[in-house]
Amino acid sequence: MKDTFKHNIKETRRTNRKLLSIIGSYLLLTVLALLFIAPIVFMIVGSLKPDDLVLLEAGTLKAFLPEKTSFQNYWDVFERVDFARFFFNSLFITGAIVLAGLLVNSLAAYAFARLRWRGRTLLFALVLALMIIPLEAIAVPLFFQVTLFGWRNTYVAQILPFIANAFSIYLFYTFFIGLPKELEEAARVDGAGTIRTFFEIIVPVSLPVFASVTILTFLTQWGSFLWPLMVTIDEQVRPLPVAIASFQTLPPLQWGDIMSFGVMMVAPILIVFLVFQKWFVEGVASTGTKG
Amino acid sequence: MTYSKKVKDDTRAALIMAAPAMGGLFLFIALPFLLAIALSFTNLRLGSPLPVQFLGLEQYRRIWLDPSFRQALLNNGLFALVVVPVQTALALSLALLLNRPLKGMALFRTLFFMPVVFPMSLVAVIWTVIYAPGANGMMNAFLDFVTFGIWSPRDFLRDPVFALPSIMLLSLWQGVGFQMVIMLAGLQAIPSTLYEAAAIDGSNAWNQFRFVTLPQLRNTLIFVMLVTSILSFRLFDQVQIMTQGGPNDATTTVMYEVVKAAFEQQKMAKGAAMTVIFFIIVLAITIAQRIWVKEEQVID
Repeated sequence: MKDTFKHNIKETRRTNRKLLSIIGSYLLLTVLALLFIAPIVFMIVGSLKPDDLVLLEAGTLKAFLPEKTSFQNYWDVFERVDFARFFFNSLFITGAIVLAGLLVNSLAAYAFARLRWRGRTLLFALVLALMIIPLEAIAVPLFFQVTLFGWRNTYVAQILPFIANAFSIYLFYTFFIGLPKELEEAARVDGAGTIRTFFEIIVPVSLPVFASVTILTFLTQWGSFLWPLMVTIDEQVRPLPVAIASFQTLPPLQWGDIMSFGVMMVAPILIVFLVFQKWFVEGVASTGTKG
Repeated sequence: MTYSKKVKDDTRAALIMAAPAMGGLFLFIALPFLLAIALSFTNLRLGSPLPVQFLGLEQYRRIWLDPSFRQALLNNGLFALVVVPVQTALALSLALLLNRPLKGMALFRTLFFMPVVFPMSLVAVIWTVIYAPGANGMMNAFLDFVTFGIWSPRDFLRDPVFALPSIMLLSLWQGVGFQMVIMLAGLQAIPSTLYEAAAIDGSNAWNQFRFVTLPQLRNTLIFVMLVTSILSFRLFDQVQIMTQGGPNDATTTVMYEVVKAAFEQQKMAKGAAMTVIFFIIVLAITIAQRIWVKEEQVID
């Protein structure tokens, strides 16, 4: 009797402590989460406010609570700059890199992972070595090359150099190498060629890796700033990241307009992210577990 | 007979399949990489009437004597020294908190990851407003609030002491979610039997963390720190948009100096030499990581 009583006290203490730690975790996470989303909420609320109030109320809680909202700033953005053009440029450049990249890199990875041929090992080692060269390390000579080719201020200069990607090849490779051998054997018996086998048998079972590569490439390219800053001269082919940087300095300084520009720039990715969150997280996680 | 036919078949198909990617990698990565090294030994300037000459290590001597470039190296180093440990620790803490089987963790994960999808140029623009000078500025008002009024307002981005830390903070905000997600995947890959065994041995939460979580997560941690270190040396967008390297080179970086030399002053050779140094740093970090990871595998 006494023992069970003691036992119960111990048990209650333990559950109490556990409960306390759970409440503590939630509290900590909530505070951190509020701090984390504050800049995002500030941007969205700022985009709906009269321009002069954005800075004026930034130091108060009103920065996060709009009083009277209007979409005036959004119309102003379209009036002051060719936003549609920038948006199209970003979408076109990013879309072309993603689609062409999926095709070219997955084909190469398949050749490395599943086919036997001379020079395969050596060439693949070179691809792996190229993985560590970031764009920044080659930006200057690449700019020189692009100038020689007469590609400055074109889409080509912003698309072509980024289609073939060593890291994408590597991600595809690690996925393909894990597929069962029997997959292709059945197709071979049916007399299908290698390339047809790839498209009809391999691609349909490899959608997760295609999704990962799509998301990673899209994120990198949509935010790309250094390269388009270097190779674009006018607004015709300029993508959003460079456009927002120059919009930020375009007089008269209208912070509400700038926030609206920002919201429209990130909204597509944010929506895609919220819908396909699982794929985003898996895509990012795959860079770590395979890298 | 059939085997040799199969090998022949594969070679043809393989070459067709690999050719476009290999061509692209050669033309737009390997070739410019070699060109960067070659250019760094010359005096090439775009639009210069002077003939291109071989200068040996002259460009390297010049950039070594360039106080802005030295400051840039120092700034990148400082950035890495602060951001890598802080961001990794924060990401690990978040991952550990979110790894508990509690309700609502998916929502928190979403919130912490959200900044990752923001383009850095946009992040820089938003935070420029956050760092606005004067008591009205959001960061100033926040610091005033949490220090109970001790804080005196500053112009963060034009203050030689605060400019670089300000850039560190927003970079951390944008990058921590990425690391967190990688670490969460790492945590979930740890077999639960290890924790059960540790619990049976009577080890408490801290010891479980020290003797199970940390060793199991070691390679993930090293990878994440490698990526963040390299990112620290690639630092450019924030600087270009927020401070233009100022005040007085307080926020200049290697890449900012590269762009200044190569694109503003058309000094291709000087810019190329700087990127070669940048690459050597990246290479050194990568090799260090490889050695570190290997060591652990040997011990296993």
